[in-house]
Amino acid sequence: MTDAAAKVVEHENIGSGYRRIVFDAQELASALAPGQFVHVKVPALEESALRRPFSVFDAADGKVTVLYKTVGRGTAALNSASVGDTVCVLGPLGRGFPVSCDGSALLVGGGYGVAPLHFLARRLKEKGFDDMTVFIGGRTSDDLLAVERFRALGVDVRLATNDGSAGVKGLVTDPLDDVLASLRGSGKRFELFACGPDPMLKAVAMRATGTGMKGWISMDRHMICGVGACYACIQKTVRGNSRCCVEGPVFRAEDLVWE
Amino acid sequence: MVDTKVNLGGLEMATPVATASGTFGYGFEYEGALDFSSLGAVTAKGIRLDPWPGNAMPRHAEVPGGLVNAIGLQGTGIGHFLDVTVPHYMERIPDAPPMIVNIWGGSVDEYAEVARRLTEASATAECAAIRAIECNVSCPNVKEGGHTFGHDPAVLHRLVSSVRAKTTLPLIVKLAPNVPDIRPYVKACEDGGADALSMINTIPAMVIDIERRRPVLANVTGGLSGRGIHPAAVKLVYDAHKATKLPILAMGGVYEAKDAIEFLLAGATAVAVGTATFSDPSVASKVFSGIVEYCERHGFASVSSVTAALQ
Repeated sequence: MTDAAAKVVEHENIGSGYRRIVFDAQELASALAPGQFVHVKVPALEESALRRPFSVFDAADGKVTVLYKTVGRGTAALNSASVGDTVCVLGPLGRGFPVSCDGSALLVGGGYGVAPLHFLARRLKEKGFDDMTVFIGGRTSDDLLAVERFRALGVDVRLATNDGSAGVKGLVTDPLDDVLASLRGSGKRFELFACGPDPMLKAVAMRATGTGMKGWISMDRHMICGVGACYACIQKTVRGNSRCCVEGPVFRAEDLVWE
Repeated sequence: MVDTKVNLGGLEMATPVATASGTFGYGFEYEGALDFSSLGAVTAKGIRLDPWPGNAMPRHAEVPGGLVNAIGLQGTGIGHFLDVTVPHYMERIPDAPPMIVNIWGGSVDEYAEVARRLTEASATAECAAIRAIECNVSCPNVKEGGHTFGHDPAVLHRLVSSVRAKTTLPLIVKLAPNVPDIRPYVKACEDGGADALSMINTIPAMVIDIERRRPVLANVTGGLSGRGIHPAAVKLVYDAHKATKLPILAMGGVYEAKDAIEFLLAGATAVAVGTATFSDPSVASKVFSGIVEYCERHGFASVSSVTAALQ
């Protein structure tokens, strides 16, 4: 873990309130694994402000890319970071996804939750793993991020929107269930990898628990320290009150306790 | 060369800068994030006899000038702490700074038993980093325990003398800030046999989500820490120092060397960095070098000579 002084090299709108920021951070980029996160000191906030955790969309060639949506004071302030600014980025933090899969890899994401799945897809691809499908869901087509990036990696992409503006009309679990049914029919093994809003994560976790197949669920929680010191970002698990920042953010589906 | 050593009631510290309980885990979590040689001590997160789950989520809210938390002292209990946590700290951190162990409990007997076990363990090689005990009598976030002991001088006296009877380690008592007059509490610690005081704990606080018309914290109330509480902490340290010869470990909104030096001038022997670590993990190193620079600039040969040097 290092606290890198990273230069912002790109920062752009990607539509619908989502933004993409790229940091030049050589050491961090090579140390990060998919599903891990970074803890960012947002420059426009007061010096004493807490850091903000972000999952990583991509880490390659000395660059770390983050996708985010403006949801609060921290992300709103991050909007004003300009190319050339130096930002303190602490990482790599947390437990990520395994970069391996027994059977078909089914990636399920909603909103900016697709970010760590994209990084995972890239790393699986680099290891020569091809049997991947990503299911991306959102309220409207505007919430479906990185669709072309996944296609460029050669990943099979299935979309779902609540209003039917892209893909099937319904929940992301609808196309997922179709694929799960055919995999079960053929007796083929699979693993689920998910990141997104809690109700979606719970629905995905339920589809892994008790099936003998593995599910890897990335939880999004407000954090303070990011390193396991403060015990603020608790997720209930079979082991009790687990810290999302060090025991997660990626948990095994069967370990999660839903309230 | 400025002499940076200070003695906090028998605890020899190579520098006057410690970490505050609950903000630095058990030390090893920040491995790689700062230069540990700038720390005179690491204060471990509060520990009691048995495992404790802490409060429900949400456990914190960021506010202007600080942070309101109600973590609720989640911890593994003394057994796991001695068997796993302390040895792990010593293994991970080369030349590990001495550890002050923050303790709490639901009864006087529980405090005393935790103190006894810590004292016994501190004599073994595996737990040799344990060098002092900090009694938490002021956590605002647990109904049972802590808080009650810090708000009645007679009860506080009984607690401190019971723990004193079970430990030869330097005994620090962490006082509650929300009392009308700190002096009776200082006296209770003194008479009970404490070696030092630490102050201040967080200030009871509450944050409301006006849209949902609900408290933000699941615990309803919490404790305020951070920049905003610093002047209040300086005043309490100043008051306490005038009332006692016990050395003081001061904390509350230390974000830069200036904040720490204010504490020293007000009468503190050492300072602890707390909430600031969350925004900058290496802040303790910066505070330490800033104190040294101040001593050089003002002709202080030692950090200890800054204590109570207020004119």
